[in-house]
Amino acid sequence: MDIPYTVKNRPDTGLYNGKLGVWLFLASEVMLFGGLFSAYIFLRTGVDNWPMGAEYLSVPLATLNTMFLITSSVTMVMSWASLKLNDFKKFKMYAGITLLLALGFLVVKYFEYTSKFHHGYFPSTNNFLGIYFTMTGLHVLHVIGGIVVIFFYWMPGAKMWETDPGRFTNRIEIVGLYWHFVDLVWIFLFPVLYLL
Amino acid sequence: MSTDHHKESFWTKYIFSTDHKIIGIQYGITSLVWLLFGFTLMMIMRYQLAYPESPVPFIGSLLGDGGILPSEMYNSLGAMHGTIMIFLGVVPLAFGAFGNYFVPLQIGAIDMAFPKLNAASYWMYFMGSVVMAIGFFVPGGAANSGWTSYPPLADVATMGQTVWLWGMVLLITSSLLGSVNILVTVIQLRTEGMTWMKLPIFVWTQFITAFLLLLAFPPLEAAGVLQLMDRLAGTSFFMPSGLVVSGEVLTNAGGGSPLLWQHLFWFLAHPEVYVLILPAFGIITEIIANNTRKPIWGYKALVYAMIFLGFMSFIVWAHHMYITGMGTTIGAFFQTTTMIISIPSVVILTALLLSLWGGSIRFNTPMLFALGFIPMFGIGGLTGLPLGLAASDIHLHDTYYVIGHFHYVVAPGTIFALFAGIYYWFPKMTGKKTNETLGKLHFFFSFIFMNGVFMPMFVQGLAGVSRRLWDGGEIYAHAADVLYLNEVMSVSAWLLGLAQIFFIVNMIVSLRGKKTAEVNPWDATTIEWTDTTSPPLGHGNFETVPSVYRGPYEYSVPGADKDFTPQSEKG
Repeated sequence: MDIPYTVKNRPDTGLYNGKLGVWLFLASEVMLFGGLFSAYIFLRTGVDNWPMGAEYLSVPLATLNTMFLITSSVTMVMSWASLKLNDFKKFKMYAGITLLLALGFLVVKYFEYTSKFHHGYFPSTNNFLGIYFTMTGLHVLHVIGGIVVIFFYWMPGAKMWETDPGRFTNRIEIVGLYWHFVDLVWIFLFPVLYLL
Repeated sequence: MSTDHHKESFWTKYIFSTDHKIIGIQYGITSLVWLLFGFTLMMIMRYQLAYPESPVPFIGSLLGDGGILPSEMYNSLGAMHGTIMIFLGVVPLAFGAFGNYFVPLQIGAIDMAFPKLNAASYWMYFMGSVVMAIGFFVPGGAANSGWTSYPPLADVATMGQTVWLWGMVLLITSSLLGSVNILVTVIQLRTEGMTWMKLPIFVWTQFITAFLLLLAFPPLEAAGVLQLMDRLAGTSFFMPSGLVVSGEVLTNAGGGSPLLWQHLFWFLAHPEVYVLILPAFGIITEIIANNTRKPIWGYKALVYAMIFLGFMSFIVWAHHMYITGMGTTIGAFFQTTTMIISIPSVVILTALLLSLWGGSIRFNTPMLFALGFIPMFGIGGLTGLPLGLAASDIHLHDTYYVIGHFHYVVAPGTIFALFAGIYYWFPKMTGKKTNETLGKLHFFFSFIFMNGVFMPMFVQGLAGVSRRLWDGGEIYAHAADVLYLNEVMSVSAWLLGLAQIFFIVNMIVSLRGKKTAEVNPWDATTIEWTDTTSPPLGHGNFETVPSVYRGPYEYSVPGADKDFTPQSEKG
């Protein structure tokens, strides 16, 4: 006996298990980052002077990173759509581009972090930098998690396409949902930390 | 996943199993061990409270200092008692063990939706509990800033606090995996005919609990991350400017707010109260319906009340913070929501009480615990009302009254319900019957001594005895009249500990005994009793997955040939 609705949708809910699971997981993630954004507001409104993000941070680099992530979200959808259209080669290409863009994001983030440290800006310097490093750090962990999973389905896990294509397509859809969420968090982080 | 019984080794069958029933039992055994350990910590503390600064017998040599419990260690034991009882004991037992084992069985599913995640969730919990235990061995001892870990104290506390935070991160991850699993299982894997309004109340309570865990825990994880940053990276999220510790001004940047922690913490910890109590309601409902031999009174009212309760639990958190100097407007808002949330609780308790009316009640062990639960939870709930109103809370805050209040909810409340559940489902889990005499002795002694421990707390609290005193209030002149109660409570606590021997002996004797239980020893209607063996088959649960044709509590249906009609019976 197999667990039902791992690949096909349950008729009355219109969902397969994994998709529902990932939506619930993302709801929980919204609460996690929601808690941190609330903390940001609480800290900022609690003090008289709060630095503008641009005083410490580089807006051009962050804009570049925003482009990277938004584009990677698009290629992520394209990779899933390619599987739906039975075009495995295109999936490989789009998933590969997604990986490259995600790595690009990490490289830019690395230069951002190290230049802060060179200037003597650390989490302990003030609460603006503290919350900046905490929130972007947690976001970077999510990006790394996404890269690991996408890489897995890009290389070793892609064998599943031969044996169980329906399931494989679902998994890419789920990874995509998660990846869009990671993108979305950045779209909130960018204005809050860099522009406001 | 297959039902054929190919040979499995001990390790794959019992340790790294992905069968929800084995995982449920793993959760159950681990959490019962932690409950006993957490209770032992309290029994040590109660010695110090009853006989201040005299050597603790038996284990005094472990404590150093001539066998007297040092005040720093008293703080550690207090913080760890709370943490262990809630996060390692009651929640894993109520949600991890009972939820895992019985939700799939009651909805007619062959397993949880994600069996591997389920195992991961247990092992994450296990690692979290190991990390918590490691805390006792680091320099300075385990976390000692209370189970609430209020900064700035927790920010400057000894290393045990960092260990506590890492432990919490693991436990929160575990509960995240567990709650996603329960939610998807209930939404996706209900068998044919098991519509939402045919679900047993137990499944409803687990479902709502899972939502609370899913959405309330992450803000605490956020808070935990911020506190870890404060402790490890030197940030000042919870540290105000110019803080003086041991006569020296701290050099950190400052500008943070200790209140931020309290908001994030209680945003979790108030829904957590309902995480503790909802599964208990579920278990009690099953047992009351079964042992009164009549349908539960107000099924729909119960369901809607529980959903409303879950929703409201997210907007009452600041009633834990009345004395933090919040304005009267915010205070008024949270007083109002707090009064509103008491309404569904009363609806639930009333429905359970009215269910007894006109029933032919069977007084077996699970039913005794269920009947004990109702007044005990009633006391716990009603004594909470003065705490929900700012004016009276300012007098009662941080006194033993608060301790008495929430222990009545959790100890003779939830823990009684959990015992009831263990006695009720023991035949299903093991295929063996428990000993009724030992069970009844366990109940009556527990009932008496629970009240012996917690009732005097109200008296002490009203007299103004503060809750975190190492000497039990000896230095307070105004506490002199009620100090004798310390000994009453302590002796009751130790006797309560002895009473649990009946339970432990009962479990061992029944497991090894030859008295096998029938498939449906309680003549119950829900499908975990009627459509599978005791204990259920390995992977797969059912020989043929049953379909459901009727509601969960069709007892004493007029015209039926027996006084219970199983959910899976056609017609």
